[in-house]
Amino acid sequence: MVELTLPKNSRVGTGKTHPKTDGATNTKTFNVYRWSPDDNQNPAIDTYYVDLDTCGPMILDGLIKIKNEIDPTLTFRRSCREGICGSCAMNINGTNTLACTTGMDEVDGDINIYPLPHQPVVKDLVPDLTNFYAQYASIKPWLQAETPSPSKERLQSKEDREKLDGLYECILCACCSTSCPSYWWNSDRFLGPAILLQAYRWIIDSRDEHTGERLDNLEDPFRLYRCHTIMNCANTCPKGLNPAKAIAEIKKMMVERR
Amino acid sequence: MGMRAPLKNVRGLGSAKEGTTHWWHQKVTAIALIPLFLIAIGCFISLVGADYTHVRYVLGQPFISIVMLLLIVAMFYHLKLGMQVVIEDYIHTESTKVFLLLLNSFFCAIVGLSAALAILKLALGG
Repeated sequence: MVELTLPKNSRVGTGKTHPKTDGATNTKTFNVYRWSPDDNQNPAIDTYYVDLDTCGPMILDGLIKIKNEIDPTLTFRRSCREGICGSCAMNINGTNTLACTTGMDEVDGDINIYPLPHQPVVKDLVPDLTNFYAQYASIKPWLQAETPSPSKERLQSKEDREKLDGLYECILCACCSTSCPSYWWNSDRFLGPAILLQAYRWIIDSRDEHTGERLDNLEDPFRLYRCHTIMNCANTCPKGLNPAKAIAEIKKMMVERR
Repeated sequence: MGMRAPLKNVRGLGSAKEGTTHWWHQKVTAIALIPLFLIAIGCFISLVGADYTHVRYVLGQPFISIVMLLLIVAMFYHLKLGMQVVIEDYIHTESTKVFLLLLNSFFCAIVGLSAALAILKLALGG
């Protein structure tokens, strides 16, 4: 049965409140999910006050400031700080998004931060995305062709290249997949929006010749058809993409080839 | 389990190479149900207050009984497909899942056939 409540050892309690730094008047409150595999405690929400006068504008700036100046034990992933690596994907005030491209001023009141939903937690805001990456590998995300490689690159018309727009921008941050209820319940078999969008990116690539095999691999009641067009994926994508549309296009191709 | 590569779990037993028919039939029956329901509801509203013999007579008319039969077939097929998905989505204990899937199929077949037989009896004057 689907778990509608958290198991006992996952219930979230109240954690520490770190005092404001001296002289800070213009502060933003951060409530952050904390859990460590080492201390055998339930997860808890720690509260931090970030001095906005000495901090950058983005939520990631706030987290980095907390880690540098208030609590070095706070654990999260980040790298590019400009929305291209996908590392700092987390749940901010109920929506999965990138901490680096979300401004603190976009959030009214306190900022509540949790790890991406329904994934095992490694520590604090770091989810274990092993299954997600394995699913990505399973769709063979590289060009497959029988035609021998030409001496230069494989050519693609302008029109065919445009078909990849809205797909190639995906940074695999996992915001969409972890916002999808169908993925929550069946991520062991359902590939989820991010991976299906990536699969479609190769299916419609004019240079790829394994379209049929790719469709064969997806034609499955769980791998593809667990998508019930809930649309959380399109709603949450921090890059403004529409995985639900890519999935619908795959379904159309499944019917077309019958 | 812990010693398996994650890709082994993801690839699992491979793709079932089906699911499109199920998905397509669910869409087709959904579209078919719109006009069928409208006609059926219109028919029922027009029968409000009518006596037993008149209701029997109207439901036995060829056009109405064909609509009713189509409605019953489309509805119970749609119900079977939809409930199957709901069960597969939410029930993960294998034994409970198989039991409920069987129950779903049997329920839709028995109730659907009974309803169809009732209409046929009216239409053929049984």
